[in-house]
Amino acid sequence: MIKAILIFNNHGKPRLIRFYQYFAEDMQQQIIRETFHLVSKRDDNVCNFLEGGSLIGGSDYKLIYRHYATLYFVFCVDSSESELGILDLIQLICFVFGQVFVETLDKCFENVCELDLIFHMDKVHYILQEVVMGGMVLETNMNEIVAQVELQNRMEKSEGGLSGAPARAVSAVKNMNLPEIPRNINIGDINIKVPSLSPF
Amino acid sequence: MSDVVEKTLSALPGLFDSQTGAARITSRLRQLVKSITELTSKHEEESLIKQELSSMKEQVSSPNTSMKQMREIMVRAMYCEMLGYDASFTYIHAIKLAQQGGVLEKRVGYLAVSLFLNEGHELLLLLVNTVLKDLQSTNVIEAYMALTVVAQVFPKDMIPAVLPLLEDKLSEIIRRKAVLALYKFYLIAPNQVQHIHAKFRKALCDRDPGVMTSSLHIYLQLITESPDDYKDLTGSFVTILKQVVDGKLPVDFNYHNVPAPWLQIQLLRILSLLGKEDRSTSELMYEVLDESLRRAEMNHNITYAILYECVKAIYTIHPKAELLEKAARCIGNFVLSPKINLRYLGLKALTYVVQHDAKLALQHQMTIIECLDHTDFTIKRETLELLFRITNAQNVTVIVEKMLDFLHVYEQCTTSYKMNVRCYVPMITLTFAPDNSWFIQTMNDVFSTGGDLLQQDVPNNFLRLLAEGKREEDDQLRLYAVNSYLTVLNGDASHLPQRFLQVMSWVCTTTHTHTHTHTHTQNKNSAMRLIQILVRDLKKSYLLNISVRLYSNFKYHFSSSTLILEGVKRVWGRDGYLRQNETTAPPVDEPSAAVQPSGQQEAAERLEPQPEPSTQNQDKLQLASSLFVGLGAGSSMSLLGKSEAPPPRFRKKPRPHESSSSSSSGTSERSSDSSSRSSHSTTDSFLYGSLLEEEPATSISAFSHTPKSSTANGLAQNKDTKEDRRANTSQILGGDMVIVRPNTFQDKHPSLVSSDLTALLPADLKDLPHSDVISLTSDPSLSLSSCRLFRDEALLLVILISNCTETVIKDVAVQLTCEELEVWNVMNCLEGNSTSVCHYALLMDEPHTNVSFTGTVSYQTQPGHTNTLSFSGTLSAADFIRPLVVSTEEYGKLWLSLSHDVKQNLKLLTDASDPLRTTLNALKDALQLHVVDIIGSEGIVACRLLSGAPCLLHCRVNGAALAMWLRSPHPALPDCILYHCQRALAQH
Repeated sequence: MIKAILIFNNHGKPRLIRFYQYFAEDMQQQIIRETFHLVSKRDDNVCNFLEGGSLIGGSDYKLIYRHYATLYFVFCVDSSESELGILDLIQLICFVFGQVFVETLDKCFENVCELDLIFHMDKVHYILQEVVMGGMVLETNMNEIVAQVELQNRMEKSEGGLSGAPARAVSAVKNMNLPEIPRNINIGDINIKVPSLSPF
Repeated sequence: MSDVVEKTLSALPGLFDSQTGAARITSRLRQLVKSITELTSKHEEESLIKQELSSMKEQVSSPNTSMKQMREIMVRAMYCEMLGYDASFTYIHAIKLAQQGGVLEKRVGYLAVSLFLNEGHELLLLLVNTVLKDLQSTNVIEAYMALTVVAQVFPKDMIPAVLPLLEDKLSEIIRRKAVLALYKFYLIAPNQVQHIHAKFRKALCDRDPGVMTSSLHIYLQLITESPDDYKDLTGSFVTILKQVVDGKLPVDFNYHNVPAPWLQIQLLRILSLLGKEDRSTSELMYEVLDESLRRAEMNHNITYAILYECVKAIYTIHPKAELLEKAARCIGNFVLSPKINLRYLGLKALTYVVQHDAKLALQHQMTIIECLDHTDFTIKRETLELLFRITNAQNVTVIVEKMLDFLHVYEQCTTSYKMNVRCYVPMITLTFAPDNSWFIQTMNDVFSTGGDLLQQDVPNNFLRLLAEGKREEDDQLRLYAVNSYLTVLNGDASHLPQRFLQVMSWVCTTTHTHTHTHTHTQNKNSAMRLIQILVRDLKKSYLLNISVRLYSNFKYHFSSSTLILEGVKRVWGRDGYLRQNETTAPPVDEPSAAVQPSGQQEAAERLEPQPEPSTQNQDKLQLASSLFVGLGAGSSMSLLGKSEAPPPRFRKKPRPHESSSSSSSGTSERSSDSSSRSSHSTTDSFLYGSLLEEEPATSISAFSHTPKSSTANGLAQNKDTKEDRRANTSQILGGDMVIVRPNTFQDKHPSLVSSDLTALLPADLKDLPHSDVISLTSDPSLSLSSCRLFRDEALLLVILISNCTETVIKDVAVQLTCEELEVWNVMNCLEGNSTSVCHYALLMDEPHTNVSFTGTVSYQTQPGHTNTLSFSGTLSAADFIRPLVVSTEEYGKLWLSLSHDVKQNLKLLTDASDPLRTTLNALKDALQLHVVDIIGSEGIVACRLLSGAPCLLHCRVNGAALAMWLRSPHPALPDCILYHCQRALAQH
């Protein structure tokens, strides 16, 4: 199973973080730092595998990474994943990024810049969700992934277009009267009482 | 104008404003990212993000914020969280977006939820209804998104609610995701999806290859757990693989012209699990494996991934010579590849394969030696792993040397990389050590380079080895150990790891019991010296540790630390404890195969014919010859089990032959028997009680009793029976309650008034904090009372037995039971009007709020007439809690490293001027906590359970309540402590 996907740049700034195993937030940050520390020390002529840092499972887990120009793609996996398989999965994901974000004919990842990833953070997550779901590799068929992403993009575009405006006005009116909106939730207060909390 | 229309009109400008759509959405994030990248310091970033967060907070609570703006805010919140800032105020809005919005809002909402919340988060329950609704939605996209979130994060308790809907989805177009979601459920709650195994099979046969692929995740897991239940599916998996390999899948599934490589990998793993140690099943797959090997001979990364799995499968299933040959050639290609990744996998494959075929390592010895000197850490590590598996008695010294080099070089490295290597060294050292001096020196080296990181069983097993054996040779070993410690300590002892010091102190305080008279003087001198150094150098806890042991040997002369040295002298001066020496068996001639000294010549003779020596330099050849010695065809490697990481095994010393030990009389035979048994129980208690943790109390049991001659039947009359029983009781360790018997006090005191029973406590225990003496029970002859003493390392339960009559009571036996554990205590007789004290050192392994103990006393007032008297009592977890003294910084570090937490609001004692301090002090008094710091309205408190698990409490005044947040490495401990805190405050 994939435990975490970490993408950070050459300075260790996180660009995309996705954990499939629960870690407290501060622990996540520590893991990112430790992983960066481990990975960034490695030359380009060594192998792409190393054991996980002490914070994320140690020798039970493996870090499999690729370094592209300014970005590190690190997958933290357990022993049930194939090293070379994951290494190619990273390549596949990058290729999809290239297809999606580069609007030239030359749709390869080399032309995807770091900022593309942050500016489209949500999109990057959606793409990942197509490939890896809950830590398991779901889809490795690239055409399928790209098709899914493009479908979602179309959805977004159709909403933003001029034709969208009146429809939204109508739906806004509708929303005003929608009975199922729970009106008792006070937006400013996050201490909402949850009725049946499990005690521990 | 109606209210609604008015609202609509006021909302319209906002809607049209945001018409510019996607551009506008991204622009806010873009702005934020840009301004962050322009900053130079962490501090500036912090203040900028704080500003951003507060403006976001304002926006989300404003009623004019449109759904679209919310979406944009959510993305910004994700960004802030990614950088490590807390945007928890947006969580509820993420849920609301998923609940109320259209498809696009739902998408962002669900994504944010799966990023922000974990399975245990309370807000997640608010999402359950939305998920249920969306799963039933006619809009496939909504159902699709709901499935995605279910597979990522879903509360375990709510699985039953969603399960039927998921099963319905199995027949729909999005069934691929449904299958994965079910797999996720299987992982977190296997029992709840038992009934749909048939549906998994259907998914496996699905016409959509994607669905089939998803179902393989499930089958890989199921087959790993119980391969025998799925043997009937072997044919199906073979057929699937065959079709994939033959390219029957749509071209879409190709990756670099390889048909569905990930699917192939998965199938090969499943097949290897099914064929393991099963000839008939294996025969089904030979053909397809051969085909896979053949087809995979191309030159892309991903084909190597398939090849690697193939090779592993071929070596895992029932062997077939032809395939093995091909696989071996394949491994050769890996190992010799110039690509470093492939070489790594080659080493990994070799490591796996040498278990079956050691000669393969011989073929590649030069490559292996090159890898040993490779600059890449990972490669080097993997090579050592390989060497570990080919270790034998002849090459052990070279291999251990290489491993220690590795440990020294990477001393500074913080990863767990070294961990395995660290464990390997002692493992093979213990198994293959050629001689004593090398053995002890290597172990010293292991302990002194980061001994604190060793696994607990390493020192335990080492000590066990030292303690075992009564032969002259074993004594030489112990003597050598003590002498080597002297050398170590004469140098700079300040940097030595604690664990090493503990090992030393153990060795020097205990070896005497097995020592021969003629080496005794020598041993005594060196040990004296050692203890002096230890006493000078060591921290208080170790002094205590040693002194506790000495104390258990010499209970009569122990009241203050000044007596330690006197105790030391007595330890080495008393021959009374050496009674078994007379009967020790003479050294046995038959040498152990494992410890057989390896002459270099002999090693050379055993050498397999080496491959043609190439132009490699002489050094490497020499190294090769010493590394791969004894790897011939016939050589067996005792270290190599079937499993990938063999459990540590240790050199079993040959027991003295019964025939040679039964020299003169029957009694001596018995005594040597019992002594060996009792030394076993000694070492066993070591293992279970894990002496070298923080609780010296456990160790007490082990050495208070020296082996004495005894008969092992029933309640015998002589005093020695007691010794025997002790030996038995200390074996029953390791439940959820550890009871260890240090020693029994039989000091007779004149009868006293019962209120003054505390005066009966042994002198050295009187000063300890203790509870009141509680009367347990009584009958006309005896009265029983108990008292709890809070020692730093254990809870002492003292049972006072008073004889209320004038007559002598004989054969008093006390039996204490706690959970499944029993402790016996036998006394000869109890004089009239006297009181006897038994005490038990108790530890709690698993936190329970309360534990009860029961017991019986049996005694004879007149011969042949046995009375019994039963008693019972309760111990609370609070008795087993001790303060944990840490600084605020240490607390902070520890806090972050702990995983299990519990939060609860408690009563605040508001009647005082400083409620927080008063409350904490009340808790401190009731529970023996350590108040680390109080800052403003927050306080931090630390404590530990006696068996070592710490618990940290973070308290904050929250209105009229005390918000308490507990964290501990142990899942049950916070609950337990919370319970006692509540009780303490309620009683206050």
